[in-house]
Amino acid sequence: MREGPEEKTILQDVAWPDEPPVMEPGQTYDTVTDQIADAVLKRPIGLGWLAGLFIAMSLVALLGAAATYLFLRGVGIWGIEVPVAWGFAIINFVWWIGIGHAGTLISAILLLLKQTWRNSINRFAEAMTLFAVACAGMFPVLHMGRPWLAYWMFPYPSSMGVWPQFRSPLVWDVFAVSTYATISAVFWYVGLVPDFATMREKASHPYTKAVYGILSMGWRGSARHWKRYESLYILLAGLATPLVLSVHTVVSFDFAISILPGWHTTIFPPYFVAGAIYSGFAMVLVLAIPIRHYYGLENMITMRHLQNSAKVMLATGLIVAYGYAAETFIAFYSGSTYERFMVENRWFGPYAVFYWMLILMNILLPQILWVPRFRANTKILFGISLVILTGMWLERFVIIITSLSRDFLPSSWGHYAATRWDYAVLAGTIGFFSAAMYIFIRIMPAISIFEMRQLLPESEVKAK
Amino acid sequence: MSHKALSPPIYGLIAEFDTATELVEAAQAAYAAGYRKLDAYSPFPIEEASEAIGFHKSRVPLVVLLGGLLGGLSGFGLQYWINVIAYPLNIGGKPYDSWPAFIVPTFEMTILFAGLSGVFGMFALNGLPMPYHPLFNVDRFARVTRDKFFLCVEAADPKFDVVDTQRFMESLKPLSIEEVPH
Repeated sequence: MREGPEEKTILQDVAWPDEPPVMEPGQTYDTVTDQIADAVLKRPIGLGWLAGLFIAMSLVALLGAAATYLFLRGVGIWGIEVPVAWGFAIINFVWWIGIGHAGTLISAILLLLKQTWRNSINRFAEAMTLFAVACAGMFPVLHMGRPWLAYWMFPYPSSMGVWPQFRSPLVWDVFAVSTYATISAVFWYVGLVPDFATMREKASHPYTKAVYGILSMGWRGSARHWKRYESLYILLAGLATPLVLSVHTVVSFDFAISILPGWHTTIFPPYFVAGAIYSGFAMVLVLAIPIRHYYGLENMITMRHLQNSAKVMLATGLIVAYGYAAETFIAFYSGSTYERFMVENRWFGPYAVFYWMLILMNILLPQILWVPRFRANTKILFGISLVILTGMWLERFVIIITSLSRDFLPSSWGHYAATRWDYAVLAGTIGFFSAAMYIFIRIMPAISIFEMRQLLPESEVKAK
Repeated sequence: MSHKALSPPIYGLIAEFDTATELVEAAQAAYAAGYRKLDAYSPFPIEEASEAIGFHKSRVPLVVLLGGLLGGLSGFGLQYWINVIAYPLNIGGKPYDSWPAFIVPTFEMTILFAGLSGVFGMFALNGLPMPYHPLFNVDRFARVTRDKFFLCVEAADPKFDVVDTQRFMESLKPLSIEEVPH
């Protein structure tokens, strides 16, 4: 790995010789292929995996029950009530969409920036994106009251002669989120095709071979194919980069376009995007730390990856802190009574405890990541990631509930309290997400095999 | 040329190499020797390999551009048609053609069409999915998805001759040379 600066993979090791390597030395094409593929093809199903999947599937069952009851009784079973008509459903929607963002950042933006360390975490981060977007997508549909009419959101020539209202950010959301889900899915699949070919050749059972064979589309590694493949891969990354920035921007428009104090702010798009990446990297760590431990992938997902993720969290966390500060400053600087009241209501109002928990979890506690010793400790990283995920959920709670519950006229104020069905749906989507991840790591290579081969020094073509 | 008629029809000759560098050098040599219908196979993308076999330009970017233009135009056109012609609604006194409000769906449609046409275009230009290919008849070829590199000179090449081409490929010092049956 550390032979000389002309080797492509060690560039980052040479630039920062004290940092842990991107990939432990001593690996070859064979070892990376076998290690990643055998985790799927050879590794027996363990009790721990079964137990985890069982818990996750129980939560999925809870989700099914909660959704069934919701469809029978209507959204009244939730805590939403005018003036707080957007409760947990929208909080969870924004939270899940945000979590997805790190996957695209890793697979697309870091690819364009030639951050080769991304090669060992992009595959499962993209899977995470896909499952998180799936969770997010459920909420607007569940929240509709009449979810069987969800297709009315799309413009299609209906016999009723009506069309969506394109000046509404909620319609923009439909386009942004469905495009994001589609592009994330194809990006993920395209990345998987050469690895499916590897799985096809490695699988011994004829059925397994056939399934991977179909998924691999008969990929044979031709130089012409690779050329078009690479050209598409980089273009998809170039398309996904503005796309991912646009998605949370559009989600923030749902709020920023309105006139409600605490929502009507121009800082929303950048600080929503930063917050999305913040929570997304926290989820990457929550997934990467156990996966690398239980699947023995410490030589590929090294401390370098965990530390880099921690640094990204530190940076985006500071942008989020700046967003909070700017919101508060503008509230006072604007001279608007309603804006100032919004902030005072956040500080001392009925939901003040959530605001201060948010400041603690999103801003104060993560500052320990400045200390290299803490960044090198997987337990602390795991813990702080859970703290950030909770903090980011609270951020959406504070934005949505605090603002809606007390707007301009005290006569229209109200109070919001979630019901057990709200919690059931939130827990259910966490279960859905976990179950999807559990299944994913057993049936698909969790690390991109062909991109790991490219990290090896011998993949470099030496000029004569 | 007489032995060509005697031997059974084959897809080509395939040579196996151990490293990416050897593959690229062999591909360059074969191209320099006048072979044009040849392809290099590798377990990961090698930029130099496609250059060596004379494949310089992929048309995927053009497909993506056209898809993106189509998506953007149809996205905006759809909104314009709905809001101005088919279903004009007065929303807060805003003009029917509120084009700034149409930017977001237009942008998303551009990305969606560009991305999807790129993916379908890449697979179509590559001729995939292709469940059967003569190369899969060569057992050793399975390792192209793992750690070995292959150069195939196809029988369709006008310069191809089983004996001469085999002799030429031996000069490239591969690990093995095999005939690829159809």
